[in-house]
Amino acid sequence: MTMVEQAIQGKEGDAAVENSNQELSAVVRATNLDLTFQTNDGPIHALKDVSLTIDKGDFVSFIGPSGCGKTTFLRCIAALETPTGGTLSVNGMTPDEARRNRAYGYVFQAAGLYPWRTIAKNIKLPLEIMGYSRAEQDERVKNVLELVDLEGFGGKFPWQLSGGMQQRASIARALAFDADILLMDEPFGALDEIVRDHLNEQLLALWARTEKTIGFVTHSIPEAVYLSTKIVVMSPRPGRITDVIESPLPKERPLDIRDTPEFIEVAHRVREGLRAGHEDGQ
Amino acid sequence: MKSILAVLSVVAAIVVLWYAACIPMNIQGVLTEAERAGAEVIPATAKDRRGLNEFGLAARNSFAIPATWSQDRPRLPAPHQVAAELWETTVGKKITSKRSLVYHGWVTLSATLLGFAIGTGLGILLAVGIVHSRVMDMSVMPWAIVSQTIPIIALAPMIIVVLYSVGVQGIIPKAVISAYLSFFPVVVGMVKGLRSPDAMQLDLLQTYNATRSQGFWKLRLPASMPYLFASLKIGIAASLVGAIVGELPTGAVAGLGARLLAGSYYGQTVQIWSALFAAAILAACLVGLLGLIERGVLKRMGIV
Repeated sequence: MTMVEQAIQGKEGDAAVENSNQELSAVVRATNLDLTFQTNDGPIHALKDVSLTIDKGDFVSFIGPSGCGKTTFLRCIAALETPTGGTLSVNGMTPDEARRNRAYGYVFQAAGLYPWRTIAKNIKLPLEIMGYSRAEQDERVKNVLELVDLEGFGGKFPWQLSGGMQQRASIARALAFDADILLMDEPFGALDEIVRDHLNEQLLALWARTEKTIGFVTHSIPEAVYLSTKIVVMSPRPGRITDVIESPLPKERPLDIRDTPEFIEVAHRVREGLRAGHEDGQ
Repeated sequence: MKSILAVLSVVAAIVVLWYAACIPMNIQGVLTEAERAGAEVIPATAKDRRGLNEFGLAARNSFAIPATWSQDRPRLPAPHQVAAELWETTVGKKITSKRSLVYHGWVTLSATLLGFAIGTGLGILLAVGIVHSRVMDMSVMPWAIVSQTIPIIALAPMIIVVLYSVGVQGIIPKAVISAYLSFFPVVVGMVKGLRSPDAMQLDLLQTYNATRSQGFWKLRLPASMPYLFASLKIGIAASLVGAIVGELPTGAVAGLGARLLAGSYYGQTVQIWSALFAAAILAACLVGLLGLIERGVLKRMGIV
């Protein structure tokens, strides 16, 4: 056994002890996660030695340049990718068990609504698949439409809605069933600044009301700082975590909190983390 | 309004070209008849006229030009002759008459529709299999492609002979040939349609832990509808061709193919052309009907 392997084993041992202590609050626990894609151009190290704990009720943002593995990490949690090393648990289960238990709702960068279904029918899609009764489906659609501020739009087709509204409908779709975790992969990346601000505000309100645990991938520093309780800064080649920032900002966050010194300080630290990661990678 | 004008001018151009083409095509026959009737023709005998340029002949015997549009058995019948024959054999005859194109059209149409139904059903089933099973993808698709490389005119007699020897005749062999031609565009279009949902859509269903059959009914099948209709339009036209070709080798007594065959036996070019046009009009109606159904379905789905 090499030194490195011993070291890893030791870490895993520590993690196990820690695990039992924090079992109740940890929703996602990653330990020394590795993921290597085999491509025609040789292996790509998408994730290297990623360890992270997401507690219940956290709003965690993943920020970093393209190729830093932030989306890959989110997809690992969702069991859409399988890590090649390390351990990952979601709600105390393997990611795949968690997926089969419908532990999370996933929001993609594109709304991905079915053009042949109305907004209400789109939101019913997961409910139909999961076998909810008709009455229950209608009830839930009504609730989540209200939650994302789209009352009265249930009968519209996706093309009749703006991009921001479509993305809200896709969030409603992810909220329609009772998943505790909401995973969002650059959900507002394709929207303009003003719509984005508005949706960020709404997302915070929604998070406060539903008490979900949210994993949120973004390119935008202000977005990450504004939304998160925990900011994970990542850098590429290989994809790894360079900094984890616990936000000192209060839970109540009006939009103009972005002009406060605390906010600017956090944003500065994120920027520093990104720069450091960038320089390492060169 | 502007587009109607454009369409009409194209039609007019075709008709004018057609009339013009009748002159050189028919001038030899017309001059032979004129010579027999005692008219003065330059050159005077059929032997001398043979091999001469038809345009030159027409120029030198310009009196004969109108007759090229009204021969009994022209090489190329004029548009109004075909139109008159079409009118007479559809509206002018009882549909039970053996000379009615409606009767013959129905014989062909029934085989077309049966073949189209079989071909479409088979095509969809094969496409579903190909999309869901790699083994089928690799084993069925090459054969489907090979099947379309054989000229149907060579294969049709074999199919009819083989089916006849096992006691199947009548509408079925024609429908089989129809199906043979129409299943292929349906397979190709449906495979493309069923595979049209992108990776994100499939990932989304994965996050719901949806089963394969849920993925098929809720995502793949609805997503394939526009592709399916495009294929169906090609398929129904191919079906009609198949049914007509199926009537040729048997010397069938009824059907548009039989009319074509009888016309060519007896040199009835007007009958051949009117049967051709009947087939073309029938195909256009079928494709148009499918277009209407497509619009209705896609509109109800909210896609258009």
